[in-house]
Amino acid sequence: MISPVRPSVRQTSALFGALALLLAATGCGGGAGAGSATGEVTAITALDYYTDEPEHTQWGNLLTACGKKAGVTVEHTSVPGASLVPQVLRQASSRTLPDLLMLDNADLQQIAGTGALTPLDQYGIDFNGFAKGILSAGTYQGKVYGLAPAVNTVALFYNKDMLSNAGVAVPETWGELKTAAAKLTRPGRYGMAVDANATFEGSWQFLPFLWSNGGHEKQLDTPQAAQALQLWVDLVKSGSMSKSVVNWNQSDLHDQFLAGRTAMMINGPWRIPALNQAENLHWGVAPVPVPRAGQTPVTPLGGEVWTVPQSASKSRQEKAARVLACLNDSSSMLTVAKEHFTVPSRTTVASQYAEQVPSMAAFVHSVEGARSRTSELGVKWPKAATGIYTAIQSALTGEQTPEKALERGQQIATGS
Amino acid sequence: MTCPLGRDKDRRDKDRRDKDRRDKTVARVRLGERLAQWMFLVPAMAYLLLFFGYPIVKNIVMSFQQYTPTTFYTSTAPFVGLRNYSTILSSDLLSKALLTTVLFTAGSLLGQFVLGLAFALFFQRSFPLGGVLRSLLLLPWLLPLVVSGTTWRWMLDTDTGVVNDTLRNLHILSSGVPWLTGTSQALVSVILINIWVGIPFNTTILYGGLQDIPTHLYEAAELDGAGPVTSFRHITWPLLRPTVSVVLVLGAVYTLKVLDLILVVTGGGPADATETIATRSYELSFQQFEFGPGAAMGNVLIVISLAFAIVYLRANRRARNV
Repeated sequence: MISPVRPSVRQTSALFGALALLLAATGCGGGAGAGSATGEVTAITALDYYTDEPEHTQWGNLLTACGKKAGVTVEHTSVPGASLVPQVLRQASSRTLPDLLMLDNADLQQIAGTGALTPLDQYGIDFNGFAKGILSAGTYQGKVYGLAPAVNTVALFYNKDMLSNAGVAVPETWGELKTAAAKLTRPGRYGMAVDANATFEGSWQFLPFLWSNGGHEKQLDTPQAAQALQLWVDLVKSGSMSKSVVNWNQSDLHDQFLAGRTAMMINGPWRIPALNQAENLHWGVAPVPVPRAGQTPVTPLGGEVWTVPQSASKSRQEKAARVLACLNDSSSMLTVAKEHFTVPSRTTVASQYAEQVPSMAAFVHSVEGARSRTSELGVKWPKAATGIYTAIQSALTGEQTPEKALERGQQIATGS
Repeated sequence: MTCPLGRDKDRRDKDRRDKDRRDKTVARVRLGERLAQWMFLVPAMAYLLLFFGYPIVKNIVMSFQQYTPTTFYTSTAPFVGLRNYSTILSSDLLSKALLTTVLFTAGSLLGQFVLGLAFALFFQRSFPLGGVLRSLLLLPWLLPLVVSGTTWRWMLDTDTGVVNDTLRNLHILSSGVPWLTGTSQALVSVILINIWVGIPFNTTILYGGLQDIPTHLYEAAELDGAGPVTSFRHITWPLLRPTVSVVLVLGAVYTLKVLDLILVVTGGGPADATETIATRSYELSFQQFEFGPGAAMGNVLIVISLAFAIVYLRANRRARNV
């Protein structure tokens, strides 16, 4: 009767012991992190989504250099693009945000709206000379929360050999685009390619067509928007653009272009390093075609802003702000822009850059008139973007006419 | 007189004290046993409560709140009653996604089960390299879904995919099938891919079930002159029934919540043709930051899964009672 009890009592006490140990261990782990609020700040943390090489190393080097100027070492971490915002939200709720945080400019207002970021004016950072578009993307309720050293946008990439073989000039208007794309289409090759994916990337690629035609993301069910969508529908219907565009993302477009299966594509300058590596590919880049000759294209502004999140320690915030200011000074801007084929966000630096790197002139020119996605709608942009890509998908698959598709898109954009 | 009596009483007292002590020891032993039982249960219960109970409760609470990105920082989320549910019910988001989910689940289950059973029966015979082939069959299960999903996306491309290429070369088709870009074909394609993913699971479990059927039953049936079809109908199928119910119910729960495969292959497109409740919930919560309606959508999925789980538990109990 007694014998079976002893081991179980022993097991019970062992279990107690283990539990106590576990509690002690977790308690210990919790206590260690909090102690570093006081004293000289010698290290700060930075989070971004530059996971790819050589980008990751290049940004790491820049952060280290700027950290040295501010007298701190920078612990640089990168997470994949899609998981950055969920990670930031998690960190915001557990108060473990990094000292220096990079955000896609379209997400800035959303995160600033939570109260997790600090306005940059309190650190005496100079906002003068920044292009209006990127400054408005970094602003929430009248205060600047984020600054981008360099920005980008989309443009028309074309295969020079294919265009000259077909005797086609680089299209500047929608009409020219349609005829050029038709002439460039051969068996096994399409004339044109866009990203009409069911993601925000699809919406982003449609914006230059929507905006250049006088359409607006606030009101999607307009004739201007319908005409822009009709252009994409016509390109697919005539066979100049693959039906698969509804399933292609921007890197798929890049692969198609590299493989010679499309003569033209809409894409961003971050593709240039890889395109340069393809030896037999002779490519050129031009602004996105506009509805009528002589118009200037209005393209969406891309790029990542750097922010200083709230933290318990004022001195850490100060240090982070000094690193942020260094990232955004003229010389860092030029370095970043040259490394990643982006455009410096201060207008004077940008024009200097256009002279130094002529191949980037098309982008420098486009960025001047570029608009940020959130300047009008702010935190409502994700809903509008969903409405836009849903409309694109319905129209390109032939489910609905562009007009009907955009009506439904507008319902999605305004539905709460 | 008193002395023996007293001694007697002493003995009786001692007996009683002994008995008391023994009773107490027994009671203490019982208490110890019960305590030990609880100590074994507590870790499991704590784990379940923490990692299953808490998220579900949180999700249910969230579905009644106006939960925005701001909530993560300020932790204030005002209660809005049933507004999130009325939002997803009033738009046609839920009804269409529900239909797609039902079609996706039913189609996947049917295909996975039939092919899985066929493979399980096939591998029951012993033949050279049977073991190797059977382990190769596990491959779809072992590959990360993002990898196999991306590969399928390339293979099913309308213009350059290997599937359409083969069909064209065999002169079965003149033009390509828009596997992933046609609104009516995309769901079928996604179902076919999910069947491919699910076959190993079905085969493995059904094969295990088949191994449990005593071989002498087949020998007896053979002596009675039963052919393969008859022995399948009267021996294999009835004895495999408990395994079948496990496979189907678990398969249903696994298929209902499929998210990664659809996100990688079609992203819910084209034109919402492959948008299930799971992808819709993901999209609401993590793309539009509408955490309240997203949680409400997720809860619909939980209720459906729960219904299947109850069916499973019932079937299990019946199987045990038999």
